[in-house]
Amino acid sequence: MFKIVSAEFLAPEVKRFEIEAPKIAAKRKAGQFVIVRISSQGERIPLTIADSSVERGTITIIVQGIGKTTREINEHKAGEFFMDVVGPLGLPSHIENFGTAISIGGGVGTAIAFPTAKALKEAGNHTISIIGGKSKEYVILENELREICDEVYPTTDDGSYGYHGFVTGKLKDIIESGTKVDFVLAIGPIPMMKAVAEVTRPYGIKTVVSLNPVMVDGTGMCGGCRAVVGGQTVFVCVDGPEFDAHEVDFTLLMKRNNTYRSEEKSALDKHVCSLDKQFAEAINN
Amino acid sequence: MAELTKKERMQIPRQPMPEQAPNSRNKNFTEVNLGFTEELAKLEAERCLQCPKPKCVEGCPVGVQIKDFIKLVAEGDYLAAASKIKENNVLPAVCGRVCPQEEQCEARCVTGVKGESVAIGRLERFVADYERTTTGIRQAEIKTKTGKKVAIIGSGPAGLSCAGELVQLGHTVTVFEALHDIGGVLIYGIPEFRLPKEIVKAEVDALEALGVEFKTNSVIGFTDTIDELMTVEGYDAVFIGVGAGLPYFMNLPGENYNGVYSANEFLTRVNLMKAYKFPEFDTPVFDVKGKNVAVFGGGNTAMDAVRTSKRLGAANARIIYRRSEVEMPARIEEVHHAKEEGIEFVMLTNPLEFLGDEAGWLHGVKLQKMELGEPDASGRRRPVAIPGSEYVMPIDMAVIAIGNGSNPIIQKTTPDINFNKWGNITVEEATMKTSKKGVFAGGDIVTGGATVILAMGAGRKAATAIDEYLMENAVIQ
Repeated sequence: MFKIVSAEFLAPEVKRFEIEAPKIAAKRKAGQFVIVRISSQGERIPLTIADSSVERGTITIIVQGIGKTTREINEHKAGEFFMDVVGPLGLPSHIENFGTAISIGGGVGTAIAFPTAKALKEAGNHTISIIGGKSKEYVILENELREICDEVYPTTDDGSYGYHGFVTGKLKDIIESGTKVDFVLAIGPIPMMKAVAEVTRPYGIKTVVSLNPVMVDGTGMCGGCRAVVGGQTVFVCVDGPEFDAHEVDFTLLMKRNNTYRSEEKSALDKHVCSLDKQFAEAINN
Repeated sequence: MAELTKKERMQIPRQPMPEQAPNSRNKNFTEVNLGFTEELAKLEAERCLQCPKPKCVEGCPVGVQIKDFIKLVAEGDYLAAASKIKENNVLPAVCGRVCPQEEQCEARCVTGVKGESVAIGRLERFVADYERTTTGIRQAEIKTKTGKKVAIIGSGPAGLSCAGELVQLGHTVTVFEALHDIGGVLIYGIPEFRLPKEIVKAEVDALEALGVEFKTNSVIGFTDTIDELMTVEGYDAVFIGVGAGLPYFMNLPGENYNGVYSANEFLTRVNLMKAYKFPEFDTPVFDVKGKNVAVFGGGNTAMDAVRTSKRLGAANARIIYRRSEVEMPARIEEVHHAKEEGIEFVMLTNPLEFLGDEAGWLHGVKLQKMELGEPDASGRRRPVAIPGSEYVMPIDMAVIAIGNGSNPIIQKTTPDINFNKWGNITVEEATMKTSKKGVFAGGDIVTGGATVILAMGAGRKAATAIDEYLMENAVIQ
């Protein structure tokens, strides 16, 4: 059992947890992930480690409640426990002093990009962060990133905060303004990562994305997380999760991530119904 | 009752295993085999000729004292029989169910020369079940504590057998498991209908009662490296029994369409994660109700996958294999059970390409017919494609069950252990020693994909060598 030390919402449906996991905290490097399971009937959910503290023996994960399980995770509070947390899994990010590095996070992807942005800064890069959200309330970790990056640019789709438009628009502006960009890391929804790859491709800027396929064990045993990179099938859990954005078959990844969409929807509907019922009962009593 | 003569013993027919009827069992996940009653067990035990120099035990990778336990069954002393088996085998209820006895002990049984061999596996299962359901699994004796610590990596059959032996020899044993539950392939791979998970749990619990410590959620290589186990955590020896665990695909076009699974993924979803109980359990699996399923491969895993898909409601569940039935590596019992349950066997047929729709969903497979040519390196006749025999079979789900390579995690994180070109750990055959001092290995990570009992045999052999290594060092110190 893994104790939750603190838990707080950063944005609607986006919650940050600090969890006691001293072994993982001591070992993990930027870019690695854990798998979390919350009950004996639960599924295994891969989540990137956003941060860690060796002194406190804790790791931080940031979870977006989308399906039944991620919403159930987000119903957990400080002082409660997660049943299983295993890791650190996957290969760490490749970090070096590239020169100028841009880290792009879309929605909860900002949480996943955060540790790598921090590592890029520590390696001596001039580090720029572009963090996008639908509207102001969905832009997360801005203050934390301001502490570690040289420049931070929030963007919102509706213009309610920062740059009005997508992260790709801001990225284009930076590149076209003449800044020499040596490295781009993009983490977020698949269409965003695909769009970033297309922005940087003509300039030949090395671009890395972190993939989020369906996983079961996370140790290479099942092959469910396979993706195609540079025409080769890879297992994201042991060969990744980070890959060259210009080589990833994003269309395939998107299709494969739809495999259980109807099951996920029915499980979520049922979960929401049962919550409504509990709520109704609470009111009646 | 007077002692039976040899002739009388040989006149008793081999007792069949009571089974669930094929047409009901192919719709549920309850165990197919029901097990011997006391009467059947006694009768079967009477068939054993009690050879002065028994051949059967030579065929057993862990050296169970077969004729002795069978004699005790014939005498009705089932608990003594259980103790006798457990002297050499820490997982008797598992082995009684999944060992290929027909190729091992039973293949050597002298009664099998003219008639049918003694049903050793069925008797082993009966004895283990009898003990578990009457007194509960009774503890073996443990030698005085040696103060030596051993880390076992992987809680599958190799690791469990090694752990059971070492703890009885007085060592302190910790088993590290990457998944959230103990048992390795016994819980993620072999289906409930062939090996109920509560039986695995009971045998694991018995090891825990003996003092074996189990740590789940521990991916050795990542959570701790082998070096850290030995230097920081103070383990005096390490046994690596991590299994094969990296599924092969066929590298065919369309293999990444939705609906194409490795056998490992399909079976793990259904067995470990209990997707057959979705939505009570949260992990889903492709819904095959009324659909067409094709499983590629001819081994036990292929049989497990195809029979599982039938139980999940597949309208047509087929095995597609490039050689003929004679060459199939699956146990005869599994093939027989599969056929009874309505599995269709499409032999001498090889896939060329998976076909799918725009949204990425599988809807068919292009197949080619084969014929058998000259024997290949494995001694089996090589399948040769028949030109112009290509055809398309509509399928909604495919399972690739053609074996496993070795998982790279230990290799990548332990540079001073030697591996061969297939990624298998190289060991000294007599001792299972690796190139790294104090580190031993056994099971599928050494041999490539094999059977539960061979892995258990390797675990046991390594335990003996680990014990010698630890006690030798103890003297020197």
